[in-house]
Order: sequence, then structure tokens, then C-alpha cells
Amino acid sequence: MSSTGVVAQDATASSSSRQTVNDFNIQVATVNGSGSQTANLVLFRSIFKMGIPVSGKNLFPSNIAGLPTWYTIRVSRDSYLARKPEVDVLVAMNAATAREDVMGLDSGAAVVYDEAMDLSTVRDDLIFYPVPFASLVAESCPDAKLRRLVRNMIYVGVLAKLLDINLAYVEESLDGQLGRKVKALELNQSALRGGYDYADEHLSKRDRFVLEPMAKTNGKILVDGNNAAALGAMMAGVTVVAWYPITPSSSLCETLIDYMGKYRVDEETGKATFAVVQAEDEIAAIGMTLGAGWAGARAMTSTSGPGISLMAEFTGLGYYAEVPAVIFDVQRVGPSTGLPTRTAQGDILSTAVLSHGDTKHLLLLPSSVTECYSMSLRAFDLAERFQTPVFVMSDLDLGMNSWMSEPFEYPTGQPDRGKLLDAETLKRLKEWGRYRDVDGDGIAYRSLPGDGMPTYFCRGSGHDAEARYSERADDYEENLKRLATKFETARDAVPGPVIERESEGSIGVIAYGSSHWAVIESCDQLHHEAGLDLTYCRLRSLPFNAVLNDFIDRCERVYVVEQNRDAQMLSLMRMELSPERIAKLRSVLYFGGLPLDARSVTDTILASEGSELAPTTSA
Amino acid sequence: MSKIASSSGKKVNRIGLELQPYRGDKTTLCAGCGHNAISERIVDACFEMGVDPSRVIKLSGIGCSSKSPAYFLGGAHGFNGVHGRMPSLGTGAVLANKQLMAIGTSGDGDTGAIGIGQFVHLMRRNLPIVYIIEDNGCYGLTKGQFSPTADLGSKAKTGVVNELPPIDTCALAVEMGASFVARSFSGDKKQLTAVLKAALSHRGTAMVDVISPCVTFNDHVGSTKSYAYARDHDEPLGEIDFIPHFQEIDVEYEPGTTHAVTMHDGSRLILKKLESEYDPTDRLEAVRVLHETSRRAEFATGVIYVEPDKEDFIEMLNLVEEPLATLPLERVRPTKATFEKILQELR
Ligand SMILES: Cc1ncc(C[n+]2csc(CCOP(=O)(O)OP(=O)(O)O)c2C)c(N)n1
Ligand code: SF4
Ligand SMILES: [Mg+2]
Repeated sequence: MSSTGVVAQDATASSSSRQTVNDFNIQVATVNGSGSQTANLVLFRSIFKMGIPVSGKNLFPSNIAGLPTWYTIRVSRDSYLARKPEVDVLVAMNAATAREDVMGLDSGAAVVYDEAMDLSTVRDDLIFYPVPFASLVAESCPDAKLRRLVRNMIYVGVLAKLLDINLAYVEESLDGQLGRKVKALELNQSALRGGYDYADEHLSKRDRFVLEPMAKTNGKILVDGNNAAALGAMMAGVTVVAWYPITPSSSLCETLIDYMGKYRVDEETGKATFAVVQAEDEIAAIGMTLGAGWAGARAMTSTSGPGISLMAEFTGLGYYAEVPAVIFDVQRVGPSTGLPTRTAQGDILSTAVLSHGDTKHLLLLPSSVTECYSMSLRAFDLAERFQTPVFVMSDLDLGMNSWMSEPFEYPTGQPDRGKLLDAETLKRLKEWGRYRDVDGDGIAYRSLPGDGMPTYFCRGSGHDAEARYSERADDYEENLKRLATKFETARDAVPGPVIERESEGSIGVIAYGSSHWAVIESCDQLHHEAGLDLTYCRLRSLPFNAVLNDFIDRCERVYVVEQNRDAQMLSLMRMELSPERIAKLRSVLYFGGLPLDARSVTDTILASEGSELAPTTSA
Repeated sequence: MSKIASSSGKKVNRIGLELQPYRGDKTTLCAGCGHNAISERIVDACFEMGVDPSRVIKLSGIGCSSKSPAYFLGGAHGFNGVHGRMPSLGTGAVLANKQLMAIGTSGDGDTGAIGIGQFVHLMRRNLPIVYIIEDNGCYGLTKGQFSPTADLGSKAKTGVVNELPPIDTCALAVEMGASFVARSFSGDKKQLTAVLKAALSHRGTAMVDVISPCVTFNDHVGSTKSYAYARDHDEPLGEIDFIPHFQEIDVEYEPGTTHAVTMHDGSRLILKKLESEYDPTDRLEAVRVLHETSRRAEFATGVIYVEPDKEDFIEMLNLVEEPLATLPLERVRPTKATFEKILQELR
């Protein structure tokens, strides 16, 4: 495999001596609110349709209009989907950042820009493609008021020509984006053509970046993690959804509302098989979720860090009263006054033990859109099986960016509704107590309001095994011990760690969530650049289980990669693992708010491994 | 009303139940606490209305008042939640199973302070629930601090005078769009029972604020939520007769002396006029009366506002007939063909 993607140029191409095929990074720099979303998605999908692996990332400010925003499309013949910081092809549409954007480029990069900005004098080692956006848009869109909306489609046309994207794919993608909006579609088509024709006539290809069709995306889908999680929830049969808007989680519930409106309305009666409530805040959202879970519904909410902290008290009640709930945490950076539209894995530690008293929760850690879907499905089963809140820890990078994936699998089999008391069970048990551990797994049988079974009074920690009010020390201790037993049972029921990469070496790496993509790429970089072969273990949930211990035992040193400052996952390991294992752990931390890139991981590991490792030459 | 006798010779109600299943655990609240009287009235009202305890869910927040659900309808499911957040728990539960009948008890602190956000949104949504505020003007469970319903100038047991104006939960509820708003006094057995029965037959949120003296922290001279003060300043908006839908009207009312409202379930609420004409379906009138009585340092009691046919939250959400909680898989999981179609759109 040629991972550099640099191949000899053919005779008919430009004056540059080499070509880079299907391995570069396109960045579009715009102002938010300028309607570049459609253009960027069309470009992105067109490349996908050429069969070339792509990932698209939107780096945007917390603002509706007027601030700089960047959209990057990474084209990777080797299917690397992590963020790549170096920009190879820049589309400079934002006068405010254009100079800085251009200054940051590596020599040889291509710049498509609005000729009004006069950028070409800034550097002489780049390839500049000036485009007269104003006159082109005026030609393709006679109505001056609408020009703003189609302006961006011009650069799609220009790039289609420069990078050699089949126009049929672009038009197909445009059609997919705008579909029924006939007027908008026509205007955009004309702008697209305008850009394409201009490039054809006036711009000669001088940069080295080209696209060539591949067959690596056949059958695949393109989707963001929030959409995938929404789909999982619908397929899990969720019936009650309560939420409060917050970036980057809003689109999860919004997409779910869309899906439910289309696919979960009874055909005969026209009535809904679900209830969605936009709550007054996150406290109400989790309260509704728990109320519904207590009454037997599959219920969920979705939020981000600030919402998680508001949910703390109720989460504790859910843990102690033993009520199922599914909570999606699409993580972002810090508090609301900060970088709310940037990504992080900053809620791991606080969510793992969210609330007061002794609480610990089940966390699922999806690392791909595929897992956003499958873990969303799984979360509902786990919540009902373990009668407890279950958190699905996604993040902004996973949740809001577009990722390729194998198509999701239709769920097979019945959902696990957990230990529900019914007439037969009641007969077998003879006597029932809501919090009696009859099976030895810490999980008791529950009855639901209105199910005709014996009733109980549900409250927090102050109860005995029969759910009677009690403030006795022994009752409380018994209960806490049983909850701990339940947590032990969960260890082998949650999706365990997976070994993603085997090697002969003694150095290991652990990662979880969206860091996965940077880590697999980094493992390849370390192999190619330093002959260093890592064994890679990906965590998929909390609590940890024996697989993690075995993995650490196999290694001499283990790097734990996370997107936070304080090594939150490593801290959780420190709470549970033996001192010998803890001693092997090292942190690789990134907390800049942008999606993690492989280079950051590689450089940190190399620095730590030190100079003893001489670079090797690989064939 | 409950004339039939069970095999044991005890009085049974319309659905054949004795009083026992309507009772709860023995109260652990202070003897003489207004909250106890309210629990008793809930027992009476549910028994007489023939409410099926197995279909009831009892909900509460935190406070002495929020302990009440343990003391009535022992056979019903209950959920003692967190402070001020009973509305959200109730909302989730009722959405999960709309066949349940929700009865919630809260306190003036639980509702008027920490829970005021959830309270006003509950009123806006008109979720079917009977929401009872056991209003003693103080925080009983945390030992007597003023609550947001304490009147201006009311004196605490420690002698401290309240310097902030009160929140009138009834006026707030009317303003927020509540469809049934009543106020009563825990010491007025007849009126409170009638009000609760009307609340039980209402479809939508029935908000009942009950002045419920705290004998331990707020029943002294200088308190405006004491038994003595309540008795002296209670201003009924008229005598209430409540005639459930399953009962014949066997009293003759002289024309022009009553105001009748037909509830959604067909029950009739008959208000016998006192000196002034009061129409509880008139929202402006309701607000006016609340303001005027409070200006006179009195409190109006009775059904203050009712809008019997207002769309409730369940109707608004257009839910299927059956409880969402127990819908079979085929009704909540789209088919494989549908799933493939969705995936196709992502290609
Ligand atoms: C989050 C939270 N804050 C504070 C408390 C302490 N607390 C318990 S009950 C209560 C006030 C209850 O007053 P009210 O609702 O009027 O009920 P009452 O006891 O008067 O019936 C407070 C502040 C709590 N339980 N939870
Ligand atoms: S402290 Fe007051 S409110 Fe609480 S139980 Fe005693 S009398 Fe009732
Ligand atoms: Mg109180």
C-alpha cells in the first residue's frame, strides 16, 4: 500500500512534477450564515460518489452569522477519516481570514479565491486560482437578492473542473440536497455550470492534487452520528423523548422528530406511537425521561455537558430508585461561555459518577457512526435490563460531522425489556419485593403502574428490599451492596473493549470514542516513520472488564489517548485497576477543541518513546 | 352515594371497593398538620368518585407535603421524586401510559420556589394531572423558613417578618393557561372534598392550592397561614355542590341562584351564588377576584377558574389509544423495507 499517495505524474498534466492522487485536504473558509453548507455537502458527496473515501468536518463558531467558519473535506485513498490539519486545497471566501488562511498553507498548496481579494501577492510558493465570483454569480442568477444563496456553488463548479470530478455526480448530489426545491435547484445548477465553465476556459491546472475514481465507497452510507443515534433510537422502539436544545446534541432529537413523524405514525389512525416534548430545561427533560421509564416506556433525552450537570440530581434518583433511561451526551468543550461548538471528551469523569452519594453509571462509548447507531439500540436494552440510566457518550466530531459507514444492520430479535414482573414470575417467586435480589445478579423484578401486578412506592435511597420507607443503616448498606452487585453483573453485559490492532510489540495504546480515527492512523504513522508497532485496544463502555486487564498485562507501557486535559479515562482506571497496571499507563492528551488528528498522537508518543528508536526504512 | 355494602357488611363504592384500599400508611407528619387533613379528603374524594386505585399514580416532590402520597391510596403506585420536579416525572409517566390517573402533591416551597419553572410549564401544557399544593407559607421539612407564598408582613415563629410579596399560585396558574384552578382550606372538609372531586373529574391539569397550616412552625399569632387566620379570612366564592356524572341530580336549585358548569366527563359543578355573581369560566373575572380578595388580605376559595373542554397535552400530541409503554414491537419498530429506504437516502 502506498500510503503517501504520491505517484509519478503523467505527461499530459501540468507543469508540476508530481501528482497527488486521492490523498489531500480541501478546506473552504467562509463566513457563517453565508449558506455554504449546501455547496460543501454537494462537493463532499460528489467525491464520495466517485468511490473515494472522504470525511467532512465543519469547524464552526457559536454564532448565527458573520464569524469565520471552515469546512474541511479530507480525501483519503487509505480511508483515514481523522482530521488532517494541513490544508492542500484552500477555497478562500472570507476576506477577514483569507490572509491568515493563506499564510498557514504548506508550499505547493492550491488556493481558489475571489479575485476581488487580490491574494496572489501574499506568497509566491502557492498556486493561485482567482475567480471573479461577482460577475459569475450575476450571470447565473439574475435576481440580485438570491445571489448570496448560490454564490458558493461557483467554487464547487471550479473545483469540479480543477480536481476532475465528474459533473454528473455533482448534479446528482445537488439534486439530493435540494430535491424538490425546483427554483433553488435551477439557480444552483446554473452557478455550478458557471464556475465549471469559467475554470475550463480561464484556469489551467497547475497544482498537483487530483481525484481519480476508486471503488471504495460502494454500498456505503454517509451520515452524521446524531442522525445515526436517532435512527438507532427509533429502531429500538423509543416512545417518549424529552429534550432541551443545545449544540451539538440538538440535531439528534431534531432528526429523530423527523424520522418519527415519517415512520412512527399509525397508518390506520394517523396517531403517533411516540411523544416528543421540548422541555423547559434539562432537569425537566431527564425528569420526563425517568417518569416515562418508571411507567414502562422506552424513554430518552439528549444533551451536552451543561445539560448533563443539570441532570445530576435526577440521575442519582434514577440510579437509586432503579429507573431505566437513555441519555445521549454529545460532548463539547467546557461551559456555555467558551467554545460550545468545539469538540472534546470532557464529560467522561463527571458522567461516570454523576450525582451524589455512591453512584456509578453505565457509559457507552461509540467511536463511529456505525456505533452511534448500534449503541443507541443497545442502550435501551441495557437501561431496561439493569433498570438504570445509561449514557451514550458521543461528541461533536462524531455527532455533527459526516462519516462514511457500512450500512447499518436491521435489528434482529426482540428488545430486552428487562425483568418485568408478570403473573408467572409472581407465582414462581411466591413473594415479591421490588428490591429483592432473587436471582443473585443484583437486579430485582419491577412492576409497572397499570400492569395489574403488585404496586410499590418508588423513592430514592431510603427504602428496604420491599420498597418500604426505611432509614435503617443495615437497609441502606444492603441496598448499596446490591447496587454494586448489579454493576458487577453489568461488566460482562456491556460492549467490552476490542483489540483493534495486534502487534508483536510490547507497547500498547488505549483510546475510545472519536479519538479512534486519529489513533488507527497514528499507529500506521508510527509503523512507517519509526518502525514502532503498537497494539491498540479500544474501550467501548464503562464499567471496564477483564479484557482491559489482560491487555494491559500484555504490554510494557500503555498510552491512553483522550481529548481532555485531565486524563479523565485514565483517572477512572486509576480508581479501579491494580497499582501494577496503573504504573504502566501514560497519557496522550489533546484538548484544543478541534477533532483529534493523527500527527498530534504520533508526535506525543514518539517524544515519549525517546530517541532510542531509530527510524527504519520500510519497503 | 355509597350505599351498597360488601360481603363484610362494610360500605363499598361505585366500583365495589371498600374504603380500605383508598387509605395509605399511617402518617408520620405532626399531629394536627393541615397536610393530614388533605390526605383524608383525597381518600374521601377518590372513594366517593369510585377512582380505581390500581390506575392511579401518586407523585410528589420533596417536603412534608410531598410525603403525603404515602398516606393515601396505599394500593396505587407512587413516586416520591426530587425537590420541585414532580411535574416532569408526572409528564413522563402520563405520556408513557395515558390511561393512568395522576395525582400529585407538592408544597408551597416545592412549587413556588425551586419548582416554579416546572410548575408554570405544567400549567401551559395542560397535562392531565391533579396537582395539589399543600400551602403552609413555610418550609416545614427544613424547619420553618419562609416560602414564596408567605404573605408580606407575616411573622415567623422566630419573630422575623417576611418582607417580600407572595406569589399567588392560583393567579399564576390562571395566567399560565391552567384549565382548572381552585383554592381551599384544609379545615373546610365539605368544600375541599367537593373541590377535589371536581378536580378528579377534570380533563387537563387541575391545580388545587390548599391552605394547610403547619402546626409546628407557622400556626402562631402574626402568621397569615395559621388555622385561626385562615378561618377568619377565608372568603368562599359560593357554596359548591359537585354532582358526579354517575349520579342523578336530586336537588332542586332555585333558578338564578346557582351557576352550573358541566365538566368534560359530564359531572356537574354547581356554585351557589353568594352576594355577587361569580362565573368560574371567566378568566378575567378569576384574576380580578384573586387580586381583590388579596388586597383585602383575604383569600378567595372554591373553584376559581375552569375551562372544561380545553385540549389537554395528550390530545395535542395526538397519541395512539393504547399506552405507549406497552405498544408491541411491530408498532414501534419500522419494517425492514422502511429501514432500507432510510439507508438508501443516506447513500
Ligand atoms: C435540591 C434540594 N434543595 C433543598 C432541599 C431541602 N428541602 C427539603 S424540603 C424543603 C422545603 C419544603 O417546603 P415545602 O415544599 O413548602 O413543603 P412543606 O415541608 O412545607 O410541606 C427543602 C428546601 C432538598 N431536599 N433538595
Ligand atoms: S413540620 Fe409543619 S408541615 Fe411538616 S409535618 Fe409538621 S406541621 Fe406539617
Ligand atoms: Mg410549605
